This record gives sequence, structure tokens and C-alpha cells, in this order.
Amino acid sequence: MDILAEFRGRDAAQALARRIAEVSADRSLTFMEVCGTHTMAVHRFGLHTLLPEGVRLLSGPGCPVCVTPNSLIDAAIAYARRDDVTLMTFGDMVKVPGSSSSLAAEKSKGADIRVVYSATDAVEFAREHPDRTVVFFAIGFETTAPTCAAAVLDAAEAGLDNFLIVSACKVLPPALEALASGELRLDGFVCPGHVSVVTGFDIYRSVVEDHHIPCVITGFEPVDILKAILMLAQQAVAGEARIENEYSRVVRPEGNRIAQQVIAEVFGPVDSEWRGIGSIPESGLALRDGFRRYDVLSRLPVEIEPTREAPGCICGDVLRGVSTPLDCALFADACTPAHPVGACMVSSEGTCAAYYKYGRDRPDGA
Amino acid sequence: MVPKTIQLGHGSGGVLTRELIRDVFLARFDNPALAPLLDSALVRTDSAEIAFTTDAYVVKPLVFPGGDIGKLAVCGTINDLAVMGARPLALSCALIIREGLEIELVERVAQSMQHAAAEAGVAIVTGDTKVVERASCDGLFVTTSGVGTVDPTNRPGGAIRDGDAVVVSGTLGDHGTAILVAREELKIVSPVVSDCAALNGLVEALRPHFGQIRIMRDPTRGGLASALNEFVEHSDVGLVLRELDLPVSPGVSAMCELLGLDPLYIANEGKLVLVCDAGAADQVVAAMRSHPLGAQAAAIGTAGSDYPGRVCLETSVGGLRVVDMLVTDQLPRIC
Repeated sequence: MDILAEFRGRDAAQALARRIAEVSADRSLTFMEVCGTHTMAVHRFGLHTLLPEGVRLLSGPGCPVCVTPNSLIDAAIAYARRDDVTLMTFGDMVKVPGSSSSLAAEKSKGADIRVVYSATDAVEFAREHPDRTVVFFAIGFETTAPTCAAAVLDAAEAGLDNFLIVSACKVLPPALEALASGELRLDGFVCPGHVSVVTGFDIYRSVVEDHHIPCVITGFEPVDILKAILMLAQQAVAGEARIENEYSRVVRPEGNRIAQQVIAEVFGPVDSEWRGIGSIPESGLALRDGFRRYDVLSRLPVEIEPTREAPGCICGDVLRGVSTPLDCALFADACTPAHPVGACMVSSEGTCAAYYKYGRDRPDGA
Repeated sequence: MVPKTIQLGHGSGGVLTRELIRDVFLARFDNPALAPLLDSALVRTDSAEIAFTTDAYVVKPLVFPGGDIGKLAVCGTINDLAVMGARPLALSCALIIREGLEIELVERVAQSMQHAAAEAGVAIVTGDTKVVERASCDGLFVTTSGVGTVDPTNRPGGAIRDGDAVVVSGTLGDHGTAILVAREELKIVSPVVSDCAALNGLVEALRPHFGQIRIMRDPTRGGLASALNEFVEHSDVGLVLRELDLPVSPGVSAMCELLGLDPLYIANEGKLVLVCDAGAADQVVAAMRSHPLGAQAAAIGTAGSDYPGRVCLETSVGGLRVVDMLVTDQLPRIC
């Protein structure tokens, strides 16, 4: 029954931690876990406390809630305020503050905002409520984008006229490229297992070949993550840069071709704004011409308030890995999960939320 | 961003609930019986000490695997008395009912209230009903109050000390998980049933050990994590839990993995958690196990001076992390 036991085994984890210490010896190594789910797992299992002092983990921009810019949150809020609209999105997105409000605050004032676990639930709701205009606030990387694309295809097949989306989906490779060529000196990427299930290995090719930074794809259990760190340390110490797959029980080199095709059929690349990073060329997914009728921004124009960033919030630096939450003057003081200022404190995958929840007093040395 | 309106998070039993109680109510009602914010207030008369408590129930759906709002309302109030070491004496119930609700459902709820009260040896001695328009309530809200007697010479209480043991009476997260599954939107089939039960019998089994018990609680909204954080909030010791010793049923564990939930934060409605003298831990666990509701009792952690005021967890892989209080719940209206 408990297939997870072997990936959470104390002996296996401790042995890996010892090997990491041996391999890294006294070298200082900095790896970035790109994915928010990895960030949470690292903190949830206290993996920092098992690593040698010189091995440091930085959190990257891989939480889709965190990188969604205020301008799009403001747009979702503007739609939610309309009486004829039911706005649907994923749980954490509801709590993220926009320029002057949040979806949660609008909901408490009576806006019809609903949390869904899947994009197809929103299509189902639209089918059952022809009198409502359903706006699905679609966020996510390659992991979620296929389900958003499939929802649009479902709506098209059913001939629904009351299902529209705010397309805020993003793709990872341009962001990886920006990080690899940016100010950080990284010794390796802990690459996201879920995204890789869809994309396969190719998206890391340029990182290893052009930037000579090791990449290891891995899962989300403590033994997976520690093993990936060991593999990265071995490559870094040997001066190599290869794509390795620790998560071979799930990830195939070619990825999931059907999911890739569904994304390509519905969405095309577009320049996209990332919180804290700015606009990254071709990093967003926009509806293709044939599906433009599902794009709420063009179908149903609304007035959106001018974008305002919270003063003092350094979510952007945190998302780029150049600062940690502990560098932020607002952290755990003006900005807490109960009263968040920045997106990274809201999302359950957010770096600030992870630091706050699992390591505020740093027993895990975060 | 401090909200200017009441959010669902204010009802989660976590940080926002505490802020609401502290800033809006305690600030105005402040008195010695209320101030400790315990499960029941202790009120003294010339000849006796009385425990007094009240609780409102808004669970959705009204009927769920393992119980309904009636059973929950009776058991919850009995538990708030029992964890203070009180013997429940009498209960009241008040119902706010939406027009159009089937009488049959109200009868069912009343029947389970009677059944739960009789099983716990308590009578419901007074009550009230109000009926409201369709838009004012989406079914049935129940409020119960209870009084109990306390033996001032033998009740739990005392500062938590270095080395003390944390003991829990059984598996974590069953109630909250059962409610989550009972909501139709997830479309998941699961064997998990609510642990909703009156704990006064289990507490009686512990009465001989009250002198060694520092504090007891039934960890409802906010889960075990929030209850334990309250235990040590102002203490000069902290608690370190051992993940491998936490009792969690396979059904709850599977749901948590699937939905990314942590059983430490999920509500229980029939569990007891306490801190006791290390020397008494084995006897306390044995006393719990002698009662059907404590069959899976376990010592799960230790008090220590390394992280005063904090709750930490030694993870399954040997790492260490903070277990903070719940902030807001993803699962509204679980009780």
C-alpha cells in the first residue's frame, strides 16, 4: 500500500546526505530548484538540515501563482465584479493581492468567484449555467496548460458561448534561459518533474549546451530531491553539464506528445510579463486565431485599474533567486500568510510562504 | 493587506480567527474567566467550580459519513467541557432553520442529538428555534451550550516542562477529510468517516492521571498543529513531534497526498491531545488504549527548550522543520 515509504526512508535519505557531503567536500555549490512544489517539499521535509553547509538551494520562479503579474490579477478582479460573470480559478490565486484588492476580498463582498481543481470543471459549470458568463482565470506552466487547452477544446466541441478564459499560462524554457544567462552563478538546476513529464528533456538542452549548467529532472519525494542534489554535485565537481533524469519512473525523454500537441493546437507563444522578472519574449501562451473567441480580454473589454506594486515588496528579487525572503524588510512582519503583501507569501508553493511556514526561526537553517 | 470585511478565513480556527476574537471580542468582553481563551470558561460559585462553554455549528453538508450536524453539535460541546476535566451536566441547543427544509431532516438531526447526548449521559435541558427566509441561511445552523462540574482538587493544569510528553488518542484528520470527500465537487470515493464522538468517557479513564496532565484539548478546526501551538505560545519550552509516530489512517494519508494537505492541520472531532509528565506517559497511553476511542493512542513528541514557544517536527527522513499555526483553511464550514 505505502509505495511512498521507500522515497521517504530515513536510512536512504541519510545515506544520500552523507554522499552529498563527501562529493561536494568543501566546495561551495549553489543549486536552484525551479519548481514551487520542490520548494515546498524541501521545506516540508526539512531537507536543508540534512545538507552540508556549502551546498545551498535557491528557489526559482516556478510557482505559477507567484509569477502572475498584478495587471492580470486586476483584470480577473474587474471581470469578477461584473454581475453576469462567474469567475473560476485555482485555490491560491484567490488570495493573491492585486493592485488594490484580491479575488478573496471581492468574493466576501458578493462577487461570484469559485475555486476549481480542474479547468474542465469550469467548462462543466458553463454548460450547466447557460445564463452565466464563465471566466476561467487560466494560470500554470506546461503541467497545467494542456488541461486549460483541453478545456477550450471541450468548450468548442460543445459549442459553448459562455465559457471564456484569461490566458495567463506560461512556458518554462524562456525563463530558464533568462536565469541561466542572468546575474546568478548557478552550479545546477533541480528541474521540475511535472513540467518535464509533458515537455521531455529538450527544454533543458540550451541550459547545458550553451550555458554549461547541469540539469537533473527529479520527483517530489525527499529521496528524489536528495538524489538529484547528489547527481548535480557529481556533475558540478567533475566540471560536466548534462541532462540527467532521476525521475525515470515518470518522465520520458520525449515527454507527453499528446499534451504537447494539445497545447500547440490551442495556444501560440506570446511575450509575457513575469512578476519581478519583467517581460520575457515568447514565454506566454495566447489563444491562437481559431480560438480567439474564447479570449475574454478581446471579447468582453472591461476597465482595469492602473497597475500598482506594493511598496517594499521584493517578491521579484525572490523569484529571480537574487534575494531570499529573509532579506525582505516586510517578511514575517508586515507580510504574513494571514495578511500577505506579496504573491510569494500567498501561494502554497510560494518561497516566502515556505520560509514562513516551515522555517521562520530557521531550525531548518533556511 | 488587512481585510476590511469578514473573510471565510476568519472562520478557519487559525490565525485570522484568533485575531478576530482578540481584537473585536476579547478587547471588549475582557474578564478573568474568558481571558485564557480555553475550551470552557471556569466560573466559581461559593460552593463549586462550573465549566461553561458554547459553540456554533454550520457544517456543510448537514449529513456526512460518520455523523450529522446534530451529533457534531452535541459531541463538540461535551468535548469542550471534558477537556477541562469537567463532568458534563446539561446542554442547551438553539437551531436556526431555513424555510423549506424537510421536517424529516430536522427530525433526523434531533434524533442524533438525543442519541449522542444519551450515550454521553447528558440531557439537553433547554433550547430555542428560529426560522429564517431562504436567502438567510442555506439549511440549518445549530448552537449548543453546556455546563459541567469541575473538581478543583483534581483537574489537569500546569506549566509544560522540559521533557514532558505529547500524547494523542488516535488518528489525525479523519473529520476534515470526511467532510471534504462528502462535498460533491471533488468526485472522489474514499473510505474515510468522521471521527465525531463524545470524549467524556475517554477523559474519565484519564481521571486518575489528571495530576500529571498539564493541558488537554480536542484539536478541531486548525488541527493538531494549531492546538499544540496554542499550548506553547507563551511557554519557555517548545514541542518536537516525531513524524513517524503520528497516527494517520491510510485513507486520510492518501487524500492528503492527492490534494496536498497536511493531516496536522485537518480538523478532528473525536480526538484528544495532551501534554503530560514524561514519567506518566506510558500510563496515560495505556489508560487511553483501555477505552475504545483511544485504541490507537500514541506518544508523538517531547517538550524541550531548544525552540521555545514553537512546535517543530522531526521529519520521516530525519530533517527538522517548524509546524506553524494554521493561517487560513482551504476547507470552509467543516464544523
